[in-house]
Amino acid sequence: MSPLHSARKWLDERLGWDDLIAPLRKKTVPTHRLSYWYFLGGITLFLFVIQVLTGILLLLYYRPGANEAFESVQYVMTQVQFGWLIRSIHSWSANLMIFTAFAHMFSVLFLKAYRKPRELTWVSGVILLFLVMGFGFSGYLLPWNTLAFFATKVGTEITAQVPVMGKPLMIFLRGGEEVTGATLTRFFGFHVAVLPGLATLLILVHVLLVQRLGMSVPPRLEVEWRANPSAKREMKFFPNFVLRELMAWYVALGVLGALAAIFPWNLGLKADPFAPAPAGIKPEWYFLFMFQTLKLIPPRVWFIDGEVVGVLAFGLVGLLWVLLPFFESDDPSRTKRWITGFAVFALMYVAGMSVYGHLAK
Amino acid sequence: MSTRSQGMADGGGSPSPPIVRRRFVGVLLGGGFFATAIAFIYPVLRYLIPPKASDLGSDSVVAGRVGELKLNSGKIFRFGSRPGLLIRTASGEYRAMSATCTHLSCTVQYRDDLHQVWCACHNGTYDLNGRNISGPPPRPLEGFEVQVRGEEIFVRRRRES
Repeated sequence: MSPLHSARKWLDERLGWDDLIAPLRKKTVPTHRLSYWYFLGGITLFLFVIQVLTGILLLLYYRPGANEAFESVQYVMTQVQFGWLIRSIHSWSANLMIFTAFAHMFSVLFLKAYRKPRELTWVSGVILLFLVMGFGFSGYLLPWNTLAFFATKVGTEITAQVPVMGKPLMIFLRGGEEVTGATLTRFFGFHVAVLPGLATLLILVHVLLVQRLGMSVPPRLEVEWRANPSAKREMKFFPNFVLRELMAWYVALGVLGALAAIFPWNLGLKADPFAPAPAGIKPEWYFLFMFQTLKLIPPRVWFIDGEVVGVLAFGLVGLLWVLLPFFESDDPSRTKRWITGFAVFALMYVAGMSVYGHLAK
Repeated sequence: MSTRSQGMADGGGSPSPPIVRRRFVGVLLGGGFFATAIAFIYPVLRYLIPPKASDLGSDSVVAGRVGELKLNSGKIFRFGSRPGLLIRTASGEYRAMSATCTHLSCTVQYRDDLHQVWCACHNGTYDLNGRNISGPPPRPLEGFEVQVRGEEIFVRRRRES
């Protein structure tokens, strides 16, 4: 008996291993011309794992603190062997992960995969997207460079616009009235402890829900397959789909490695709290659509502050976004057109505003 | 699997058995994965090795000032990233040595009651030349040269001849 075989037998006798993985053996994945979109969630998960691994590596040298953070990142990038590469991979992977998470979300939206019984998968997914953006926001400050400093100043100032809760929330985030070393300490804690804990838990829930409920099929196809079960096409999850997914991960790794090596992330200048903000300062691209919207809102709308209107509107849209599946019909032949319209509008708005924000002076 | 390969061979009418092609693709794919793994693991392993801390270069430091030490006393000074021990003996002579115990690297101290160098961790003792005389230390402490120049006491590493 091979060692692998006996190890499996050992586990099976104690844990009922075969029963445990039985659902994975039986699991199938529907095959149709839009099946490729099923890979995006897995790629996002893969990039998250890369983030955890490179994040742990960066922790070996990083020191939080206004006097040390910038210097320690500089040390990683100039003294530690391949430090520049590890940091570059962490930054690129973060950006790619946010991109694939957005792409995954919109693919789910357009394929209407959020419908009954998968409402909770959607809810957990949208909350995960918010967490990922929180990772981006908190991680951006950690090198303590000028851009990060002002991005955090502006970002936390925006939270202060929320009525009633805003000001205390801002002070909680900043660890005081201003963005200082105390803010850095907090953001570091959020970035390496709080958010990873929450995200890991939610990813577990999200993936378990996907495993439990199986892959969704677009509504038109679902109606078709229900009427004519012989038209149904599917492949086994293991090994057929898993191997394809692994290839997708491999490609993602290749793209990531190439980007990180060819376009290494730079560090910028050390933050100086008493220097004026540099011209053309902008947040990271995934916050750009919100940033640009806030810039376009007039200072006073009717009798309310423009910023307050913007923040409230985004809050409301965010809430609506989380609850979107609950507005959808349970019947695949009568899905709501307006949700698709809303999704198209949202995608155009986010993409358009991001490009506008990028080009705007 | 063998039957399927056989079937494909018959169907294709190819002279080379498909199992060879299959192995070729397998080796190519496996080799590719292996190379990728190496390409990613190698930088990580190199990254884990901390860069050598610059030992502040110089072989010589100012350990103290004349008049700072009473007769029969000692003080710890910084020698690069490690501690050194400067002693003024009862007869007024200066001695300097590494303050890192050769047993398990605790920092030693001068005991004026014993006129010896003593390590508090495991009760090791050294004489004023740094020779290990009792307790667990296996080797003597590295001795340094002392030079008094004006008001300053310089300590330098002994040059190996």
